[in-house]
Amino acid sequence: MAKDKQHQLDIVTKPQFIDGSALKIPMLQILAEDGTIRKGAELPEMDKELALKIFDTMQFIRILDERMIAAQRQGRISFYLSSLGEEAASIGSAAALTDGDMIMGQYREQGALAFRGFTVEQFMNQLFSNERDLGKGRQMPVHYGCAELNFMTIASPLATQIPQATGYAYGQKMDKTGNCTICYFGEGAASEGDFHAALNMAAVYKVPAIFFCRNNGYAISTPSQGEQYAGDGIAPRGVAYGMKTIRVDGNDVFAVYQATQLARKLAVEENEPVLIEGMSYRMAGHSTSDDPTGYRTRDEENAWRAKDPVVRFQKWLQAQGWINEDEAQKNYDEKKAAVLAALKSAETVPVPHIDEIIEDVYDTPPPHLKQQLEALKAHIRKYPEAYPKTASRIDGGDK
Amino acid sequence: MAKMNLLQAINNALDIAMAKHDNVYSFGEDTGAFGGVFRATSGLTEKYGRHRNFNTPLVEQGILGFANGLASQGSYAVAEIQFGDYIFPAFDQIVNESAKFRYRSGNEFNVGGLTIRTPYGGGIAGGHYHSQSPEAYFAHTPGLKIVMPRNPYMAKGLLLSAIFDKNPVLFMEPKRLYRASVGEVPEEEYTLELGKADVVKEGKDITVLAWGAQVEMAEKAAEMAAKDGIDCEVIDLVSLLPWDVDTVAESVRKTGRLVITQEAPITGGFASEVAATIQDQCFLYLESPIARVCGLDTPYPLSHEKEYFVDHLKVYEAIKASMTY
Ligand SMILES: Cc1ncc(C[n+]2csc(CCOP(=O)(O)OP(=O)(O)O)c2C)c(N)n1
Ligand SMILES: [Mg+2]
Repeated sequence: MAKDKQHQLDIVTKPQFIDGSALKIPMLQILAEDGTIRKGAELPEMDKELALKIFDTMQFIRILDERMIAAQRQGRISFYLSSLGEEAASIGSAAALTDGDMIMGQYREQGALAFRGFTVEQFMNQLFSNERDLGKGRQMPVHYGCAELNFMTIASPLATQIPQATGYAYGQKMDKTGNCTICYFGEGAASEGDFHAALNMAAVYKVPAIFFCRNNGYAISTPSQGEQYAGDGIAPRGVAYGMKTIRVDGNDVFAVYQATQLARKLAVEENEPVLIEGMSYRMAGHSTSDDPTGYRTRDEENAWRAKDPVVRFQKWLQAQGWINEDEAQKNYDEKKAAVLAALKSAETVPVPHIDEIIEDVYDTPPPHLKQQLEALKAHIRKYPEAYPKTASRIDGGDK
Repeated sequence: MAKMNLLQAINNALDIAMAKHDNVYSFGEDTGAFGGVFRATSGLTEKYGRHRNFNTPLVEQGILGFANGLASQGSYAVAEIQFGDYIFPAFDQIVNESAKFRYRSGNEFNVGGLTIRTPYGGGIAGGHYHSQSPEAYFAHTPGLKIVMPRNPYMAKGLLLSAIFDKNPVLFMEPKRLYRASVGEVPEEEYTLELGKADVVKEGKDITVLAWGAQVEMAEKAAEMAAKDGIDCEVIDLVSLLPWDVDTVAESVRKTGRLVITQEAPITGGFASEVAATIQDQCFLYLESPIARVCGLDTPYPLSHEKEYFVDHLKVYEAIKASMTY
């Protein structure tokens, strides 16, 4: 074939339009839906201890999610957002990283945070916006963050963390930290301009970043296929930006783990950013503010329930003899008790002292903010019954 | 007349506009058959089809870019941004494109058919990113109109005006009142003039000015002040761009005092713009400094929401302070 030397392009002499059929990206699956290993698949290296830690985290997150949805219904917290059905994607990928790697999430990656070691008390303090919350009670529930665990604080505006991950990874590369950044986002958020900017820049700068798209079929009520995008999902976009890309069964913890392990190697050893698209399903409503019966069928939900990532993994663990039904139940009951106890205790912890309202706007509060705080406090003292959460402690020493 | 809440009034206005002209389109994130996360567009797909009321992909800059293009083609584009807090990815399309389309082309082209609807404001446990009142950023932009209704009756008449106005209009809906504000609304089409303030309650001692959801706070504060024998004139500014200087100035020349309330942070807020203009127009009539009752210069905190919020008590205190200056 003739070549165009300048652009290194093959020359054709008949018009040819390219469509997506030339690039149908397959999906890696190792653990089949029935909990057996697929023929020809190679199990990633995972010892018993790690496997049980992953399963443990899955169980914990499921209990936390179910319990907090109920707590929201009872009016004990204002809002909750669960990761039901997507546990394998965030936990399996986090398990393939080292603790020094940075995690930047969207808001449905509590599994990754729990895997890192965020305690049930820390979860509860954030959910109840109390004075022990690392984020000082300022953000809505589920907006976790923890510097010690290298988990960047969640922000509600979608996709903003994706180009930030590119920048963070650039710094890691320049500092020769040997670490990478993993960035999670939904298939809906991948429509934002920030996603495109992020991938292009990451590929151009060759940064150690892993972009993990959780394709769970919906962005609130908007179905992915046909309404969010007309192409073959998110994965082809990685290829288009010149990035190594892989699509995995997001409900298969082994596929997720293996792909992330390999991606991490590429990122850290070769400075190759990677895009992973994990195919999954959001089993619950978008959040407690959402009722999915308005836009999808029970049948569709049930079809996905059969692919449950936790049940699937448990089957494999049992076949392996690494856990039995009784042990799993016992673990479940213990975790549930711990969740309930932490909930009860976090609920009684007061909100931060009112003085905190002006902290962290800047490194130190400038004079005008101090004046505004004093005026606010004078007002609260005048009408203590109108501001019960802060009035009783306003002049107390127990700030 | 029918009893409607604010959402129903908005839905009703969209319905009337879409029935009136085939080239009125309504779109945004989740606004299709589902009807939007607040249900402002419910029933419209059933009635007008999925080509006229539809979901967009999740990309605000795309929504506004698309809307600008559609409006420049001569259609009426009614774009919803799901929360005012998420309008910023579309800032460029609004500020550099919508607002300057006509001017930069010497009126060869315009996007007069554009209306941007977005819920704004706090008091709903929304934390930083479901509570903001970003009107001042846009009020700094010549070429836009900005409207902020306070109740169902105003919302319907103003939205119908906004959709058919020959300029791009940012229509900011007080989401705290979406279901809480209920009132009598005529079922047929009617319009209310953009750029015209509304005197909600006449009074002689002091003028209290608000817009959108803050009007409720101004009214409540006025009721409290009435018990102290203070007769407040409460004005709803309604439109921020262009704004009705004459109505406000006339009131202040009568009362000699002005309290302006705004939910957004005080620095650089629209209350400051009003204060500057009114002191210029009414300097010799003023008996006390113009007071601004506003949010703190901090992001909107969740656990201190009640303390942060500009409530009727804060407005009432400002009224008393102004009276006893
Ligand atoms: C910039 C921006 N626009 C809109 C929203 C409102 N919003 C919150 S979540 C969401 C859907 C996100 O869907 P997806 O990215 O697929 O993630 P999923 O919820 O499915 O995990 C929307 C529209 C937002 N938070 N930020
Ligand atoms: Mg999604």
